[in-house]
Amino acid sequence: MNDLFAYTLRLGDDALISAQRTAEWIAAAPQLEEDVALGNIGLDQLGQARSLLQYAGSFDGRTEDDLAYFRDERDFLNVQLCELPNGDFAFAMARLLYFATYQHLLYDELRSSADETLAGVAGKAVKEVAYHVDHATQWVLRLGDGTEESHRRMQAGLDALWPYTAELFESDSLVQRLPAAVDPSTLSAAWTDRVLGVIDESTCERPSSSYQHTGGRLGRHTEHMGYLLAELQHVARSHPGATW
Amino acid sequence: MDFQATIDADGRIEPRDAMPDGYRKTLIRQIAQHAHSEIIGMQPEGNWISRAPSLRRKAILMAKVQDEAGHGLYLYAAAETLGVDRADLLDMLHSGRQKYSSIFNYPTLTWADIGAIGWLVDGAAIVNQVPLCRCSYGPYARAMVRVCKEESFHQRQGFEILYTLCNGTPGQKAMAQDALNRWWWPSLMMFGPPDTASTHSEQSMAWGIKRHSNDELRQRFVDMTVPQADVLGLRVPDDGLVHQDGRYRFTEPDYTELYDVVKGNGPCNQQRLSHRVKAHEDGAWVREAAAAYAAKKEARAA
Repeated sequence: MNDLFAYTLRLGDDALISAQRTAEWIAAAPQLEEDVALGNIGLDQLGQARSLLQYAGSFDGRTEDDLAYFRDERDFLNVQLCELPNGDFAFAMARLLYFATYQHLLYDELRSSADETLAGVAGKAVKEVAYHVDHATQWVLRLGDGTEESHRRMQAGLDALWPYTAELFESDSLVQRLPAAVDPSTLSAAWTDRVLGVIDESTCERPSSSYQHTGGRLGRHTEHMGYLLAELQHVARSHPGATW
Repeated sequence: MDFQATIDADGRIEPRDAMPDGYRKTLIRQIAQHAHSEIIGMQPEGNWISRAPSLRRKAILMAKVQDEAGHGLYLYAAAETLGVDRADLLDMLHSGRQKYSSIFNYPTLTWADIGAIGWLVDGAAIVNQVPLCRCSYGPYARAMVRVCKEESFHQRQGFEILYTLCNGTPGQKAMAQDALNRWWWPSLMMFGPPDTASTHSEQSMAWGIKRHSNDELRQRFVDMTVPQADVLGLRVPDDGLVHQDGRYRFTEPDYTELYDVVKGNGPCNQQRLSHRVKAHEDGAWVREAAAAYAAKKEARAA
């Protein structure tokens, strides 16, 4: 696999699978304003996914839809954090805080990538993701420092997802040898700083974990991923060769 | 100028103006029902976001459902100018004391239904709503100007979904015809009962809330839609459809079905309402937390 293709796919799959989960909130959010906000965030994530998958596909003549609808689970390279089923709203905001903070640091660095296309995608995405971070931060503060119940739920969300965060910063030979890539391990310290800052202010306890999940970048996913893809892909696969 | 003089001069009534109680109540009922329809309408279409067959279609559908949430927001805001609370209106929806458009009590069974909803349901909504841009109540009329602009985009995208299906594989074309067969009659019912049986129409016309009768609007919709079906190469499921003197004569829908669905006896009434109530109840702790946090912040600032 071409290095640039594989790297672009990692970023694109993170965005695509996140968009799929975020969109599940539409028409189910706690208030109408949140249906609109989560719709915005999901659309941003989907837009990033499309730009990245179009670019990845340009290396071997595939379209964004070939990559989204006709790859099997083991060929998806997203981190497991993105694919976990939606829990309650606190879980959603914990995930968005962890993921968007990572994406923000990543896209900010990627703006000066040697690869012009990736730099261009990152330049647009970094502004979108800054809003996602802000939205998640505001909710983590409100829920953490709101009522007893919201505090308990916020803590549970932060704790449940913590074991899926180390995977975001894994380094491997691909990111080390590809000049266009950002080695995510270089983002880890700043991420921890920012995220723990929000958690402290929210009056929640800092999460910790003796175990960290891994495998997404190698196409090894959770049991939930197959169902997510089955839903995403089934109409397209039921009509091979059709255009929509 | 007093109320009746403003109405007679085709002027706009604004929130601070004096208005008869019945006018206020009628508007609250209508605007709330309209807002409820927007947010319940998110469900049948939202049902297909996760399965949209291309990423481009997925993005368009997400944006469309999000637009509907936005329409709900500014329609509730328009209703609030009449002295009611969004929270109270939502309670009325959840307890069944206020209605939403019956069309959303039908299920979306295939991807083609997303095309049919855009083309027929949003098409019918536009025919109903364009005259409301000239409604006598200012905030409602202004909200409708914005809503109609977005609805016409929705209608075009629905038509385009079907156009693509109708020019695709035989399986896709069959899917499109099946969707038209199922959505045609409920779409005709969107204009309400026939004029001879419409309970609210006369007074609403006199107040400048309603500008055309149900049957006039239904005719306008049929005249607009049948030629579009011809372009798609789809058959409108009405054996009585005849083109005559520039208009279409058509078979009236079965209004007993409309009355049944309005009363709660449609295929998805229970499902739509319980989904809505569940989202609201599941979100209660979130709304309480936001209020508690805001109060704490205020107390700290004081």
